[in-house]
Amino acid sequence: MSEFTLSCPIPISDYPQVLLAHGSGGKLMHHLLEKLIVPTFASPISADRHDGATLTFNGSRLAFTTDSFVVKPLFFPGGDIGTLAVNGTVNDLAMCGARPCYLSLSFILEEGLPMETLWRVVQSIRAAAKAADVQIVTGDIKVVDRGKGDGMFINTAGIGVIEHSLTIAPRMVREGDAILINGDLGRHGMAIMAAREGLTFETTIESDCAPLAAPVLRLIEAGVEVHCLRDMTRGGMASSLVEIAKGSGLHLHIDEARLPIRDDVRAACEILGLDPLYVANEGRFVAFVPQAQAEKALEAIGEGAVQVGVVLADAKGKVTAQSGIGVSRVVDMLSGEQLPRIC
Amino acid sequence: MRYVDEYRDARAVHKYAELLAKLTTRPWTLMEICGGQTHAILRFGIDALLPPQITLLHGPGCPVCVTPSELIDKALEIAMQPNMIFTSFGDMWRVPGSRGDLLSCKARGADVRMVYSPLDALKLAQRQPEKQVVFFAVGFETTAPASAMAVYQAAKLGVTNFSILVSHVLVPPAIEVILSAEGNRVQAFLAAGHVCTVMGYTEYEPLAAKYRVPFVVTGFEPLDIIEGIYMAVKQLEEGRAEVENQYARAVRREGNAGAIALIREVFEVVPRKWRGIGEIPNSGLGLRAAYAAFDAEKRFGAARYTAEESGECISGLILQGAKKPSECPAFGTRCTPERPLGATMVSSEGACAAYYRYRLHSVSQTGTT
Repeated sequence: MSEFTLSCPIPISDYPQVLLAHGSGGKLMHHLLEKLIVPTFASPISADRHDGATLTFNGSRLAFTTDSFVVKPLFFPGGDIGTLAVNGTVNDLAMCGARPCYLSLSFILEEGLPMETLWRVVQSIRAAAKAADVQIVTGDIKVVDRGKGDGMFINTAGIGVIEHSLTIAPRMVREGDAILINGDLGRHGMAIMAAREGLTFETTIESDCAPLAAPVLRLIEAGVEVHCLRDMTRGGMASSLVEIAKGSGLHLHIDEARLPIRDDVRAACEILGLDPLYVANEGRFVAFVPQAQAEKALEAIGEGAVQVGVVLADAKGKVTAQSGIGVSRVVDMLSGEQLPRIC
Repeated sequence: MRYVDEYRDARAVHKYAELLAKLTTRPWTLMEICGGQTHAILRFGIDALLPPQITLLHGPGCPVCVTPSELIDKALEIAMQPNMIFTSFGDMWRVPGSRGDLLSCKARGADVRMVYSPLDALKLAQRQPEKQVVFFAVGFETTAPASAMAVYQAAKLGVTNFSILVSHVLVPPAIEVILSAEGNRVQAFLAAGHVCTVMGYTEYEPLAAKYRVPFVVTGFEPLDIIEGIYMAVKQLEEGRAEVENQYARAVRREGNAGAIALIREVFEVVPRKWRGIGEIPNSGLGLRAAYAAFDAEKRFGAARYTAEESGECISGLILQGAKKPSECPAFGTRCTPERPLGATMVSSEGACAAYYRYRLHSVSQTGTT
């Protein structure tokens, strides 16, 4: 067994300091998790590396998760840090196949933040919690010196109840599974980038931020044998698929021509040289279900749902995409965030 | 989406692939100059549709990749100065100098910001007159007009806290280095569409005549690229060596007169050092004496900085088309996007990054590309 060690497992020569890229959902963040965090707290429950942990108490199963929200700007088209803080945690619970029940709510506020701003965020948290049918039951407030926080950071943790016997995890994905998503890709990331950088396009791109428990529970109630679910947040669809390919040891193949991406999002990505496959979503998930149940699953998820690929067994732990001109290529995780290109 | 979807039409692309297969009678080696084209080729898999006799080499047209370590070191030194806002395009952030990159500089406390245009950096300088604002002016002829405009405006408006660290390079001199090198393999070029949007393509005409090689000014979508390859191979098969324009929807022979005039107003042609290649005469732009006040190198005294390139990195050979990324022994092992030996592995237009991102698994599985 591994012993407690005082020396840092990530060689200082690699990264003597934490970089922004360590929080991007890409490879650097995974290195940090794999080398520094997961082995330190080795637990069979966290071994699945899912969006939340599944806990068993006296025969009943609960899902437990936590998330922190550091978005800038605090308000953006289609949502704000408050709606994100509710939906982000609700969605992590939903990805465990749980019915979200209770959330905690912790604020880290920067001295000088207008009370009006805090009030607006609290109101939108209330509305989002109502929409997602969860209760805020505990919380905390801390205030840091002016200049030590970006106005407001929020942490939420959540508990949900699992009312079925399915195991939903990357290792449950099977050869022949259909890969489904619940709607168009890339809107949240582009909405944030446009708001942050003051980029204006002909139309306003609104975040897709939304609670996902309802479509997931409909899937399960319809009797679909759900193998794996993942919300496609930081790092976008590509990073979620790479994680699941690694976790399942299978080959995930998607058809780029089938990916629903709105024209305004595609245009903005073209201009900035970004690949929508890596752009963040806040109301989109990928579901792995047996191909024979794909039709039923798409109907249960509802409007916008589409099959984008299949699971193959001819290679281990990789993702490929068929390009618009019919040639296959590898889809890998990025190191850090996508950066707009020069020209 | 108009002007994009038409040029990604699978049927049209495959039709060109068939025509190309019929046309090609013997081996030909072509180079696409621009890194944007390299990425499109690998992302869409255009190379997989070509007849086996055609080899594509990837050229030096990635502005990030050819920026020498010493200039990145200068950027880091300037960025770390007090009271400084250092601005740059996003894809310079992760490019390693000899002592780190801008991203780690930011982690050490420097105020490094990403901008989408040098004019945004100028606006920042106007909003924060108590700070020095430097823009890292990187790029080929494509981005030079915007840098020139920022300096021109700064001079006109009397913005004294704005300056640029110039690293602008020019395409034709680099092509001449490749063509005149012993053992050159390149028989035809796809010229970079966006560079020609600014400069036109008259500069390539003497090169085509002198070295007897065809040039086809080419766009960036799959259909553009395969049509450009078709036009270049057609010239080769017919024994012609002309400059042709595939990207006529954006490029005129004379280029953009206003942009060229602005470049000439602010910049003069100077020798520049290219990463992995060395100094090429008349291959870059520097500020004219009249605008020397906006030269960040002079203002912050970083002018005499030199640094050695990483010994193991073969990016110089890759940028000149002498080697492919998969032929580098460090590729994907000692050199990855997380731990790059050279800029070609981290730039969004770098050839090594394109191979790593779109081909790594096929490279490691079969040992070929």
